[in-house]
Amino acid sequence: ALDPHIDKETMTIHHTKHHNTYVTNLNKAIEGSALAEKSVDELVADLNAVPEDIRTAVRNNGGGHANHSLFWTLLSPNGGGEPTGELAEEIKSTFGSFDQFKEKFAAAAAGRFGSGWAWLVVNNGKLEITSTPNQDSPLSEGKTPVLGLDVWEHAYYLNYQNRRPDYISAFWNVVNWDEVARLYSEAK
Amino acid sequence: MMKRTLVRCFSMIPQPPLDGFTPVLSEETVSFHYTKHHTGYYNKLKAFAETERPDLLDKSNEDIIKTETGFAFNQAAQLYNHDFYWNSMSNKGADAPSGELAAKIVVEFGSFEEFKKAFQGQVGAHFGSGWVWLVQEKDTKKLKIVQTHDAGCPITDDNLHPILTCDAWEHAFYIDYRNDKPKYAENWWNIVNWEFAASNLL
Repeated sequence: ALDPHIDKETMTIHHTKHHNTYVTNLNKAIEGSALAEKSVDELVADLNAVPEDIRTAVRNNGGGHANHSLFWTLLSPNGGGEPTGELAEEIKSTFGSFDQFKEKFAAAAAGRFGSGWAWLVVNNGKLEITSTPNQDSPLSEGKTPVLGLDVWEHAYYLNYQNRRPDYISAFWNVVNWDEVARLYSEAK
Repeated sequence: MMKRTLVRCFSMIPQPPLDGFTPVLSEETVSFHYTKHHTGYYNKLKAFAETERPDLLDKSNEDIIKTETGFAFNQAAQLYNHDFYWNSMSNKGADAPSGELAAKIVVEFGSFEEFKKAFQGQVGAHFGSGWVWLVQEKDTKKLKIVQTHDAGCPITDDNLHPILTCDAWEHAFYIDYRNDKPKYAENWWNIVNWEFAASNLL
């Protein structure tokens, strides 16, 4: 459905294998503990509350589950175009223009060395662009993600190989700005 | 522009034969990995050196790894790591180590099978991008398995001497194995260049 920007095979493997593995491994790590009562977002927002012996497993797999769960909601075959309303205003006033925002976000995504994510977050009411390594979630730093782009190679390799900038450009065609706006209004 | 005579400079080995690692790694993988990723690190470092840091043009991969951080380190370390990776593999040659290396593996890991299980387990378990290395400690001469993350390189530890490496970045195996990194790690033994590994022993 997101073809040609994100191909079907990638979406299938990404969801049924990679994301699924994070869920499986997270469940294995927290099985039987009180942590199993928490939502994944709650888990990654407070990693210090996770016992040390499983903290890395929760950070990695909880992060993976949280990040990907969010990611799927941000992609749509009817996506693309530009944000409107309050989010559009805030992007303009924070970054200068929508194009300047896209440039900065693309730079964060291209510049993240190794595996990781680029993010538009709300931090203390303000919009910021950031990136995290591996499956680290901005929630762990007290920041609320409203837009994210997976730049692990598995997210784009089949269609783009090493051409991450091309993948980033294509991403704008499938962004579900309605959902981003909704997340923004909840977070600010 | 005056022609420089370079005493030494960061570098990359020539392209290995595309069919040099079949059937474990396809020609497509070798081609992409070498001409896009490995060469990409070289081109980026060259552009950076020529525009901002001409002093780097007189430094080898190892020099830069030991003295730089950030962008320059990442590119140079990946040049070193990828050279080591291509050299660590061949689809010709022995299926197993022999002589001193074989003996040391048994001493350190119990058996060749246990060594392979430990090594490939670490490839499978490495989270995100990175490398798994068989190294030798310079002081004790003992063999160890170490993981490095992203562009991490064991020579940043003065006591470690690399013997073999396996690339655990997704670009190394995604074309041929998709998400099945454990399968890649298991198949990798069929193309390990034991002669190269043995030649690295201290």
